Amino acid sequence: MPEAVIREPAAAITAPSLWSRLKVNRDWLGAWFMLPAAAFLVLFLAYPLALGIAYSFTDARIGQDIWSAPWAGIDNYLWLIEDDPFLLAVFNTLFYTFVASVLKFAIGLYLAILLNNHLPFRAIIRAIVLVPFIVPTVLSAIAFWWIFDPQFSIVSWSLRQMGVISTNIDFLGDPWNARWSVIFANVWRGVPFIAITLLAGLQTVPPSLYEAATIDGASRWQMFRYITYPLLTPIIAVVMTFSVLFTFTDFQLIKVLTNGGPAGATELMATLSFNRAILGGQRIGEGAAISTAMIPFLLACILISWFGLQRRKWQQGEAND
Amino acid sequence: MKHLNRRSVLKGAAAAGAVGALSQTGLMDFARAWAQAAPWKPEKGAKLQLLRWKRFVQSEEDAFMALVAAYTKATGVQVSVLNESLDDVQPKASVAANTGQGPDLFWGLYSLPHLFPTKIVEVTDVATYLGKKYGGWVESAETYGKAGGKWIAIPIGYNGNVINYRQSMIEAAGHKEVPKDTAAFLDLMKALKGKNTPGGFALGRASGDGNAWVHWCLWAFGGNVVDAKDKVIINSPETAKALEYAQALYANFIPGTASWNDAFNNKAFLAGEITLTNNGVSIYASAKAGADKDPKMKEIMSDMNHSLWPVGPVGKPTEFHVAYPMMIMRYTKFPQAAKAFMAFALEAENYDKWLVGSVAYITHPLNAYDKNPVWTSDPKLTIVRDCAKRTLTAGGLGSVGERAASALADFLVLDMFASVCTGRTTVKDAVAVAERQAKRIYR
Repeated sequence: MPEAVIREPAAAITAPSLWSRLKVNRDWLGAWFMLPAAAFLVLFLAYPLALGIAYSFTDARIGQDIWSAPWAGIDNYLWLIEDDPFLLAVFNTLFYTFVASVLKFAIGLYLAILLNNHLPFRAIIRAIVLVPFIVPTVLSAIAFWWIFDPQFSIVSWSLRQMGVISTNIDFLGDPWNARWSVIFANVWRGVPFIAITLLAGLQTVPPSLYEAATIDGASRWQMFRYITYPLLTPIIAVVMTFSVLFTFTDFQLIKVLTNGGPAGATELMATLSFNRAILGGQRIGEGAAISTAMIPFLLACILISWFGLQRRKWQQGEAND
Repeated sequence: MKHLNRRSVLKGAAAAGAVGALSQTGLMDFARAWAQAAPWKPEKGAKLQLLRWKRFVQSEEDAFMALVAAYTKATGVQVSVLNESLDDVQPKASVAANTGQGPDLFWGLYSLPHLFPTKIVEVTDVATYLGKKYGGWVESAETYGKAGGKWIAIPIGYNGNVINYRQSMIEAAGHKEVPKDTAAFLDLMKALKGKNTPGGFALGRASGDGNAWVHWCLWAFGGNVVDAKDKVIINSPETAKALEYAQALYANFIPGTASWNDAFNNKAFLAGEITLTNNGVSIYASAKAGADKDPKMKEIMSDMNHSLWPVGPVGKPTEFHVAYPMMIMRYTKFPQAAKAFMAFALEAENYDKWLVGSVAYITHPLNAYDKNPVWTSDPKLTIVRDCAKRTLTAGGLGSVGERAASALADFLVLDMFASVCTGRTTVKDAVAVAERQAKRIYR
């Protein structure tokens, strides 16, 4: 039994205790450092999310706890899938998110490139660009509420004074006007975030690359296409993911501006969820189902922007080809 | 809706000052004597918290706070009053009822107490006491106040929603007064539009004005969401006729009413932009308040007047006024103090002053208050005196319970009208969507 022979001396050495091994284990220590953050996430993100999903399978009313709520199975979802106002809200949300995000990206990128140039009073201009982002959403929504007012709108008034139109523009009373109006307000609010973040990204591009390109005789468009854009993609991926998520889950702006009207034309999934769950006769279960129905869309948005824009291996933590 | 600002703070301080002066007036003597004789003796060390809807007429709140202060002086019970915007009262009350903590008294609207009838204190004794003393309750007050033969809430007041119009403008449009039937009313709206002085009703998600006029219209043509047994009957030729009528009205409205909330018509009317709308008498109150300083306000005040709603093919009035019921939560530690407060508030010595202070924005639920001076002080306000007697109740033919509240909060009828009027859907589709929603709510 040669094996036994070999093992025997090893037994003579006292095995280090579990504790003494843990004391020097970096993973063990790391786990402890992660605990506060993990507890925070579980308590304030995972738990409410799970609770919301659980509620969506019940007929709970407001204030009722999950254990006493009557079980409804997938009844809420079956009802919603044929519910006209819900389907309209899904369409509105997708339309709102898509159009607003594209516009915000285009304008934000344009502004960022503009601000990256050597402009006079550059610092002041950069600060001014941030203003829409600083104003609390509800305040800017109320300001837009006056701008879009059917009777007292400054836009209608100005155009009428100039003789361009004869009657006031019905900004929020006509379904399509209302959709474009809320998108405009959202874009106005969202552009600074994108512009400033992309500006930060632009400033990390080494000037030497542009110098080399200039020597090679590259045009301005070629410089943008082959230097700026590729180096900017990681930050574009991050900023657009955030932007799409914020737009998709927008609530305050719609709540204040239109409350989903006229007749549901600007109702988003978030506002519909609130109206059904809290205001609309307290159908918490149905409201939770609407919120839960947002999750697949959000996941899809994240996956698209993540994998669509981060194709390179080095961006995903692997070696470059 | 106004938020707290310097002026409201100053006014609050002024009201507090007025309360300090109360001790010299007869009200204090009455209050003390009342506390001695009242059947409800507040518990020792009682303190009350009352959550109410945020006032629309400042003088109403001032008068109410004076009443609260008088109650405190008489009984020693401190009452703190919280103000929430109209739409927020219901969710807060629901959470409080289900979690068993929060304000002792809630003062909300329509069928709020029926959302949780088992979680509130029975107040049959208070209702009987007041009914006997003040000429009996109006019918709708019993409907809103009672559940299963017992009183669960006291409908403290109503808010009459009537047609507000400019006399000179409708005369210019060829009418002496606001017509009494729906067909002639449509003619008036057409004529007003023809003169380029249109009117308009709110079609945005306005819980007060919006619901008031679409329900009037639906009922005027014989449409109903449910029948007396709460069976959904909204899909009917009558509903279609009501929608077609509303569509014809909407074509003659000022543009933009589909985005109006409760405040829009007030400011548009006061700015002279519209000549006819539906509202409480608060526009008149604002014009009157501003008349001394602003000649434009004075002109609007003297030119405007109120009218009842036209009667439709059903041949009888189908008005829908706001009801404001107050209820005591079962978890309160001081039910006697809360009951005493309700009874105290509706005693003539207090209630009469409050009615005067609210300049007819509030209508009484007890018959004896028909004699209140506010109803004869200004002939333009007399019209809302009978609102509590004239109004139909939430749910129409059906029950006033939580399902009716749910349909109202969901803007079921309002959105049906708005989708047809704005041309988003056809009459048939709009009714189908509303029917499906109604069946879900009334399942």
